[in-house]
Amino acid sequence: MTALLHVNGVHKAFGTNPVLRGLEVSLEPHEVVALIGSSGSGKSTLLRCVNGLESIDAGKIMLGDVEVSALDADLDVVRRRVGIVFQAYNLFPHMSVLANVTLAPIRVLRHSRKQAEGAALELLARLGLAEKARQYPDQLSGGQQQRVAIARALAMQPELLLLDEVTSALDPELVGEVLDVIRDLKAGGMTILMATHEMAFAREVADRVCFLDRGRVLESGPPGEIFENPAEPRTREFLDRFLSG
Amino acid sequence: MRRLTLVPVVALLAAGLAACSAGNVGAAPSSASSASAAPSDCTPAAMQTYTSGMLTIGTDTPAYPPYFENNDPTNGQGLESALAYAVADKLGFAKAAVKWTVVPFNSSYAPGPKKFDFDINQISITPDRAKVVDFSEGYYTVNQAVVTLKTSKIANATSLAELQSAKLGAQVGTTSLSFITDYVKPGAQPYVYNDTNDAKKALATGQIDGIVVDLPTAYYITAAEIDNSKIVGQFPAQEGPTSEQFGMLFAKGSPLVKCIDWALASLKSAGTLKTIQDQWLAGADAPYFKQ
Amino acid sequence: MSASGDLIEGDAPYIDPVRAAALHRRSLRSSVVATVSTVVFLIAVGFATVNAPGWASVRYWFFNGSAFRASVGSVASAFLLNVKIFLVAEVFILVLSLVVALIRVSTAPVLMPLRFVATVFTDVFRGTPTLLVVYLLGFGMPALQIKGLPNDPVIWGTIALVLSYTAYVAEVFRAGIRSIHPSQRAAARSLGLNVSQTMRFVVLPQAVRRIAPPLLNDFVSLQKDTALVSVLGPIEALRAAEIYSASKFNYTAIVVAALLFIAVTIPLARFTDWLSDRQERRDRGTAR
Repeated sequence: MTALLHVNGVHKAFGTNPVLRGLEVSLEPHEVVALIGSSGSGKSTLLRCVNGLESIDAGKIMLGDVEVSALDADLDVVRRRVGIVFQAYNLFPHMSVLANVTLAPIRVLRHSRKQAEGAALELLARLGLAEKARQYPDQLSGGQQQRVAIARALAMQPELLLLDEVTSALDPELVGEVLDVIRDLKAGGMTILMATHEMAFAREVADRVCFLDRGRVLESGPPGEIFENPAEPRTREFLDRFLSG
Repeated sequence: MRRLTLVPVVALLAAGLAACSAGNVGAAPSSASSASAAPSDCTPAAMQTYTSGMLTIGTDTPAYPPYFENNDPTNGQGLESALAYAVADKLGFAKAAVKWTVVPFNSSYAPGPKKFDFDINQISITPDRAKVVDFSEGYYTVNQAVVTLKTSKIANATSLAELQSAKLGAQVGTTSLSFITDYVKPGAQPYVYNDTNDAKKALATGQIDGIVVDLPTAYYITAAEIDNSKIVGQFPAQEGPTSEQFGMLFAKGSPLVKCIDWALASLKSAGTLKTIQDQWLAGADAPYFKQ
Repeated sequence: MSASGDLIEGDAPYIDPVRAAALHRRSLRSSVVATVSTVVFLIAVGFATVNAPGWASVRYWFFNGSAFRASVGSVASAFLLNVKIFLVAEVFILVLSLVVALIRVSTAPVLMPLRFVATVFTDVFRGTPTLLVVYLLGFGMPALQIKGLPNDPVIWGTIALVLSYTAYVAEVFRAGIRSIHPSQRAAARSLGLNVSQTMRFVVLPQAVRRIAPPLLNDFVSLQKDTALVSVLGPIEALRAAEIYSASKFNYTAIVVAALLFIAVTIPLARFTDWLSDRQERRDRGTAR
């Protein structure tokens, strides 16, 4: 099977500060890959590069056989195929939940309002938000907002979903409802690349875990292997520090 | 041209006759009717002026010809500047004892103490105005005239009827403006400007068909200011025994009025007023509009 | 403010009745104090004014009943011109300033010349006193004698106000657009919306909400500046008042004009307050 996403030797610096340094990673369809690593290791930057919110300095990012990183790539087309959910939700505060979810299907995919709303309501119901469709983001809890953000990304029926520390901004008791949604997505066969600090969750749902260190994938493998028996001392060090709290 | 209204000519005539009857210049002083020597309370020492010993005179800026020249009231040129110095001289104020101060027309009648002894600024005497300020006797009887471009549709108008469809402009606060609204009564609203300069600009650029100003100003504009302009005509003095007079403006109840009036009467009887008028307003004439 | 997830549903709020009564008394007392102090203040100011040594003369000059009645008709009908200029100018200002702001925040290289023009435009017209713009256009443009160009002073005066205020309002729009957090743009772009869709559906609606109060503030100011058009000749309310005052030597007509301006400004000002309050409540709400 050919890789859905292939990130090949990518470099990215902000000013004089290199963030990605020859990073390599690839995803098969229906695979769930978790990116772990300390802050500043390049997890979020990688995700933003994959859907073109940041440009790269060197290397190549392929989405199927389309080169996302090409200078003349049509990023609007790429972004229709790749959804992203942000740590801070980034919902549109002036729109109802339903309008948040239907904006892109109506404006980008040119679906009729009726069709888009039907699909959106179905999606919201699946995520346990059926009654919130007419409310505004500021009337929702953090967990509800993040679920709306996921619904908004899913409404575009992306081939790949990027999750950027989607539970980091949530109160602890609200994390569970968001993780439940991601479990369901995996069960439904969604291809997911997620940056996370939820080690237990990464271990539970990820097919593969990549440990990022200073802009490179230092080590990757099945979660059991990485968490139980990491090959690299730096991975061990990170996990010890992280798991001991 | 600017700010005028009607003053009973009778009062003026009375003053003039009184002055004449008092005899020639240099005649022996007599009390009330003397035209030659100032009454005892009309000397620089006795008069309660704004600055004692000085005569403070107000006018607006810019000060327009032919009433002032070069926007400089102190040079003694122009009808009002020359007249003011003649009045001062008559009362015994040396040229150096005359001080000019800028008084915008709109503040000349403001309540509260005045910053001048009198204001001379082509202000027309009207009964409404005389309720809140005092005026001297009139020093010039003025008619209103219409100025236009030679190419204008009203350039050859000879009657009021021909002005009905014209767009006419005037300076705000002037009796010229009242003339348009109360006397010409054209179909369109008049156009009103902050000063004569703006009215002239609007005329020169064709925004309006004509401006109404007093005849001496009209003459000056056509002779020196706007090429290709002409006086269409002047309006006859308004009906009845009234005519429009320029007077000097004083605070209500000012004790100086009678001194200035005495000086004006003296200048009139001596022919000096006429000489000044002839010198600065020569040539200001135009046909009268037919009713 | 309401995170409904934190609420316990189906349970009526419980407030201690003694406490509720005390709170009610306290708010009642506050209203009484506010009312009484306002009345006392107004009486004191009124009393001081009416007993000032010059009050009789001020009343004669500025608050003269007969002059009021005599001038109110001509001033009020002239005020219609102010209203007309205001309404027409406002529409053009909103549209043009939005265009200028969008040009200024654009990044496309091909729009560089337009950005340059827009920047010069705002610099020049924001820096020039509005009165000068009115004079320059009102007397200058007709002087060019170009065929087909209007020479009506009301038209040129309105254009001058539009240019001057467009420069201001464009900056307000631009500030509003820039105040929207980049993460909103990122969210929109990540969904596949292009630059102009992102602007139209995500950035502008939020920006407009945010700038509504300062925008209305500029329009209150525009209402007053319609009086500047009078220097070109048309008779609007202030000029009508001036004419009356000069012929009768009484300033009451100017007070009449002031009252008319205030009468239309106060509703706008209260509306602005209401919008600001709502905005503040919203901002507090979303901050949660």
